[in-house]
Amino acid sequence: MREFKVVGKSVPKVDAFPLALGKPLFADDIELKGMLHAKILWSPHAHARIKNIDTGKTEALPGVHAVLCYKNVPRVVHTSAGQSWPEPSPYDIVMFDNKVRHVGDRVAAIAAETEEIAEKALKLIKVEYELLPAVFDPEQAMDEGAPVIHDEPDCKYLIPVFYDPKHNHCAHIDLEVGDFEQGMKEADFVIEHKFKTHHEQHCSIEPHTCICYFDHAGRLVIRTSTQVPFHVRRIVAQCLQVPERMIRVIKPRIGGGFGGKQEVLIDDVCAMLAMRTKRPVRLVYTREEEFTSARVRHPMVMWAKTGVRKDGTLTAIQLRVLSNAGAYGPHAMTVMNNTCAKALPLFHCENIKWIADAVYTNLIPGGAYRGYGVTQAAFPMGVMMDEMAETIGMDPVNFWKMNTIKKGETSPIFKALSETGKGVEMIVESCSLPECIDRGAEIFGWREKRERFKNQPEGPVKYGVGMSCMVQGGTVPLIDMASAFAKMNDDGSFNLLIGAADLGTGADTVLAQIFAETLDIPVEDVIVYPSDTDITPFDKGAYASGTTYLSGMAVLKTAEKIKEQILNVAADMLGEPKEDLRIENKAVISSKSGKRVEFSQIVKRALYIKDQFQIAAIASELSRLPPQSFAAHFAEVEVDTETGQVKVLSYVAAVDCGTAVNPKLAEGQVEGAILNGISYALTEEFFFDDKGRVLNPSFGDYKIFSAPDIPKITTILVPSYEPTGPYGAKTVGEVNINGPLPAISNAIYNAVGTRLYDTPFTSERVLNVLKEKGAD
Amino acid sequence: MKKEIEFTINGKSRKLTVKPNELLLNVIREDLGLTGTKYGCGTGECGACTVLIDEEPVLSCLTLAITVDKKKVTTIEGIGTDENPHPLQQAFVETGAVQCGFCTPGMILSAKTLLDKNPNPTEDEIKRAIEGNLCRCTGYIKIIEAIKLASVRMGGRRK
Repeated sequence: MREFKVVGKSVPKVDAFPLALGKPLFADDIELKGMLHAKILWSPHAHARIKNIDTGKTEALPGVHAVLCYKNVPRVVHTSAGQSWPEPSPYDIVMFDNKVRHVGDRVAAIAAETEEIAEKALKLIKVEYELLPAVFDPEQAMDEGAPVIHDEPDCKYLIPVFYDPKHNHCAHIDLEVGDFEQGMKEADFVIEHKFKTHHEQHCSIEPHTCICYFDHAGRLVIRTSTQVPFHVRRIVAQCLQVPERMIRVIKPRIGGGFGGKQEVLIDDVCAMLAMRTKRPVRLVYTREEEFTSARVRHPMVMWAKTGVRKDGTLTAIQLRVLSNAGAYGPHAMTVMNNTCAKALPLFHCENIKWIADAVYTNLIPGGAYRGYGVTQAAFPMGVMMDEMAETIGMDPVNFWKMNTIKKGETSPIFKALSETGKGVEMIVESCSLPECIDRGAEIFGWREKRERFKNQPEGPVKYGVGMSCMVQGGTVPLIDMASAFAKMNDDGSFNLLIGAADLGTGADTVLAQIFAETLDIPVEDVIVYPSDTDITPFDKGAYASGTTYLSGMAVLKTAEKIKEQILNVAADMLGEPKEDLRIENKAVISSKSGKRVEFSQIVKRALYIKDQFQIAAIASELSRLPPQSFAAHFAEVEVDTETGQVKVLSYVAAVDCGTAVNPKLAEGQVEGAILNGISYALTEEFFFDDKGRVLNPSFGDYKIFSAPDIPKITTILVPSYEPTGPYGAKTVGEVNINGPLPAISNAIYNAVGTRLYDTPFTSERVLNVLKEKGAD
Repeated sequence: MKKEIEFTINGKSRKLTVKPNELLLNVIREDLGLTGTKYGCGTGECGACTVLIDEEPVLSCLTLAITVDKKKVTTIEGIGTDENPHPLQQAFVETGAVQCGFCTPGMILSAKTLLDKNPNPTEDEIKRAIEGNLCRCTGYIKIIEAIKLASVRMGGRRK
């Protein structure tokens, strides 16, 4: 393993102090003169046609400056998914439509002097609805006679993929590698189960926030809490029918995203209100709106069938997936694709069949959520692995080790499919998963605990342990691109302008470290300026675990170009050939003569003395081979068989993210993902009534974990070295959210002998499953 | 019917005329321009709007501004500066307890009250003190570590 000076060190986050001091850094922390406040009127119905909207009284209300609805905005079909163009999501949404497709769908918007007036004005809008039958169950959405949610003639995909909106069929792909039926024949045991995963909200503590205003030149500035500033610029320009040059998107500090802000959710409306009023406009979601009118993790129904031989060989895998896209299809196909593309390469198996559908229903739309389909597929696969190991009498640790991909190996899935469709052939260049499994098991005390829990204590409380392994490929190959620009200042410091969108993860810091490492300077000498579409070069944005790897490579290449320029100037100053020179501690030193010239002298020469020019560079990186990050998770649970309550007592994650550029930040990503995953597995749940209304749109009724709920979590970073990544780094943002569902389900089984195939593992569900077992 | 209130904000005396239904959160963010106090839910369930009134943590999104008349209000901006950060702010930075930073001001203020009253909190006491402050980024682990570190630096002994 290479030794580095800055990479691999837990330097403090470059923005941590201003954040801890409470400085005005977030989208909503500015107050503009004459700023109006926007509010949106939401549909109370799951499916209805709007026969008429009367906004007369609203417009007459003093203090109201603009009212938008389907009657007065251009109808531009687009997708709200913040993806690279042409987006692999259906164009099935418009700013305002004469039809609503879920409770919480947009009906109208208002800009008024105050929030109070805006709220009052909303109540004065008269909407005449023609109610339509609704469909909520994804298993009934494609039935003959089911209500057609997208009956408008203009919905479409830009890319050539299956799309049949007349049957609510939002996406379909299937594939087979090897020969599944043959694999089944070779199996000694065949196991088959149906699984269900549930809705989940991102719960960023900062709600979606957007402030739009016009600058001195009459250009529209959008200050927004986004993960994808460049996609926001493109999509808002599209919706408003103005050229991109009229729009500048600024991404300030972001209060968490987790995929929820990879969406153009409010920016188009806020921008349109600013256009109409020529005043600054502020639009901030309430927490309730986050639960009713933002996006969620796609719930899925999955049928898994696997074949295994007595010797532990995995002979065949079939995964059938039915994804509930909800009322619109942002990310529906790509999330669905990842249940294969980014989830199944984990397994050593030659015969894989995968059939996937995404369907429209009249519920809140799905979107991007950390894990992006891999989380869903990791649940059935992780439980099936546990059951197969048990069936053949092998310890799950050994079974996982035997059946997971290793360094130097490939998976036929890589070539067959990527997130967006076509795949790329590749081999896994780095993988420490076997060590992760071994070290995780050892630190967790796997063998001792498995032995101990063979004898359960008397009384209602039982104990168990479970494990699961996971993978998450970073970036979308041949589509995702990142770039960086840097220039050198008089004192030898650098401005590093990056398109990458730090959403609270520490990306700015990690990228500064990669830059500093390449030029052998301290991080303090790197002034990071992130994500402003007028100033920084393009980056696809913060998603698909791509920032450290892809934006990191762009930064590394930029720094290398700068290094060349520095060496050229130094060679001239020292009168020595460039080949004899090296960079060290903010200076250039000749290996031959030992002469030395400081960065500050070099830059002064370049700027003021001779052959003057700006030392500066720009570089881009295109993702070619998606790096694979791995983890092995171990959970210990306590199950109260009288109440059904499941408590996670301890949790160990051993993680291969390549080189951890900043170990503390990497640990933070692991811990945050695990706790989110545990909370999703145990308590987070949407409740809908029979009209499709969300019954629990608040933190009081939708329980995310707080500090007293946390188990003991241990993170172990097990390095590998990824040759295609910056200083061996891969990705760490998503992979660890894929563990808790299967690991906890397996642990519950270990404790009480009953498997949970539906999520979440609430007291009620556990108790019901235990009762069913007792009745058998 | 607006009412005049007089209170101390971060050590300075202020007089303001507020509507009787005005929320303290809005007065702090909009009238006083102290945006370190955050809106996260508006229903007192996330803790991002936590401020101290007479040294006690209070949810400013549920508190009417008129109730702080004659009282002492402290926000995140009032406990430390660039030059002289509060030990909790320093510890949060060092331990990696700040990810997105949106919950951080409320979290630090809840922790400050704890440490002011109980310089040697146990891990359970720390967890209970920040129970009302939700964080979706960190998993709370490094936040708890930061509070322990600050407690040592502020003169407490670890148990």
